[in-house]
Amino acid sequence: MVLAVEVEGLRKEYGRTVAVADVSFTVEPGEIFGLLGPNGSGKTTTVECVQGLRRADAGRIRVLGLDPATDATRLRRLVGSQLQDSALPDRLRVGEALELFAAISPHGPPWRHLLEEWGLADQRRTAFADLSGGQRQRLFVALALVSDPRLVVLDEMTTGLDPAARRVAWNLVEAVRDRGTTVVLVTHFMDEAHRLCDRVAVLSRGRVLATGTPAALIAAHQPETVVRFTAPPDADVSFLRGVGGVRDVARVDGTGVLVRGSGPLLARVGHALVERGLEPEDLAGSVPSLEDAYLALTGGAAEDGAA
Amino acid sequence: MRALRAMTWVELKLFVREPLTVMFVLVLPLVVLYVLNGVFGSQPDPTVWEGLSPIDFYTSAYVALVAATAGVLSLPVHLAGYREQGVLRRFRASAVRPAALVGAHMTVTVVIATVGAVLLSVLSVVVYDAALPEDWLGVVAAYLVTAVAFAALGALLGFLLPTARAAQGLGVLLFFVFMMLGGAGPPKEVLPTALSRVADGLPVTYASDLVRGPWMGQGWDGTALLVLVVMLVACVGLTAWRLRRETEG
Ligand SMILES: Nc1ncnc2c1ncn2[C@@H]1O[C@H](COP(=O)(O)OP(=O)(O)OP(=O)(O)O)[C@@H](O)[C@H]1O
Ligand SMILES: [Mg+2]
Repeated sequence: MVLAVEVEGLRKEYGRTVAVADVSFTVEPGEIFGLLGPNGSGKTTTVECVQGLRRADAGRIRVLGLDPATDATRLRRLVGSQLQDSALPDRLRVGEALELFAAISPHGPPWRHLLEEWGLADQRRTAFADLSGGQRQRLFVALALVSDPRLVVLDEMTTGLDPAARRVAWNLVEAVRDRGTTVVLVTHFMDEAHRLCDRVAVLSRGRVLATGTPAALIAAHQPETVVRFTAPPDADVSFLRGVGGVRDVARVDGTGVLVRGSGPLLARVGHALVERGLEPEDLAGSVPSLEDAYLALTGGAAEDGAA
Repeated sequence: MRALRAMTWVELKLFVREPLTVMFVLVLPLVVLYVLNGVFGSQPDPTVWEGLSPIDFYTSAYVALVAATAGVLSLPVHLAGYREQGVLRRFRASAVRPAALVGAHMTVTVVIATVGAVLLSVLSVVVYDAALPEDWLGVVAAYLVTAVAFAALGALLGFLLPTARAAQGLGVLLFFVFMMLGGAGPPKEVLPTALSRVADGLPVTYASDLVRGPWMGQGWDGTALLVLVVMLVACVGLTAWRLRRETEG
């Protein structure tokens, strides 16, 4: 079966800024593929090249078997996009926007159901300029889906959405994928990526640092379990080093204690603390998350300005 | 084709929702016509207006002005704004060819201008006793050449000017220059030489001449026709070239 997206050795410069240095990845048909990475790492540039909105300086791109540089118009009919920066005419109303975008897609699909699904039914007659940020965002995602595309590219789909709307959006995107549409999702929310993405690629400074399932990235880059609690600065907690599975005990910010290791760490550390008469009220353990793996991978540093 | 139709319908609705542009294109010429008629009356004066009665002279001048205003005042602001705000990207990502977008804007501009021009002509004839066109078909043809040529000029400006603000500024400036010097203001014969020379270089001056010929039964003004057709072709060509450059990068 032909790959949904194939990117190999992509490079893109804006003047002297190298936005994308060398990016390669593939997206299987029917999967949700996540692109993660710090601000300015080249995610938007990459997906814009994939959609034929920008011309790559070097590298090979195939999307649904087509070359976006030479077949852009045909490709765009098959791809739905929610762009990070775009707008609609100020006075265009929500209903009119959906109707227009349905009319300009090849088979003139139905659009009214999207009003309900994306919580815009009450805004049908509201002008674009009068929508709230989250409502605009939902409208853009709805517009990306109106043409019933084979591939949809969502660049920060849930930025600006309230927590409930985010969950609704997640369910809708999963439903879209379950109907067979491939999804490329750019996001800064690791919970979103973990929940939705079959595989992710982590970008930094225009290069791919790692690609894989969220679980594989966690296992490879942040396999350890962490236990946190607070204890008076003068309390000696070094005895925890002797507890089974503990690899490292560190003081953070004066009163905080951070225990790293593997295995059932929370139970063991808790037991050891109680034995020594220490009963911190905020003892908490966390199994490693995608966010931990992401921070370990990218060094936890912001890219902008540092670059 | 369906895209062009859908875009045109939407753009028409958007245009009508903008009271300021509607006023500039439809109402202002009527007001100025009223004022000028009060000032100049309807007696022909052999030294000015090519010997025509002022109302006959001004009616064709204002028909041309309405078409020119719609082209340079409203179209560039819309297109430059679309580029600036990312509306163009949004449409482009959905496979709307920029040509369809430009086509929709030009169509709407010509339609709005036509409403204004008809309104103005009817008012001139009914209220101020302007002459009816001698050659109806000729007037319609001359008007359409004018309207499409200025819509093309507007499209080009919309893709050359960096922002909607710049487009607005230039549009208003052109509007006043067109109105004062393009035959719709004081008669050319009383303008100082320098200004009169500027007037001779304005496309709207030729547009007035082009409409006036068939209207007054004087036949087509070949020079005027040539000037406007050249402007039309040049603007369409340059816009297409700009579009091609814009879509890469
Ligand atoms: N049109 C442009 N002209 C010049 N430089 C640009 C342009 N667009 C992006 N850049 C630069 O290219 C780099 C990558 O930008 P890009 O938008 O792809 O990052 P991103 O990963 O999407 O970031 P974010 O998470 O902030 O959206 C940045 O350094 C940015 O400043
Ligand atoms: Mg981005």
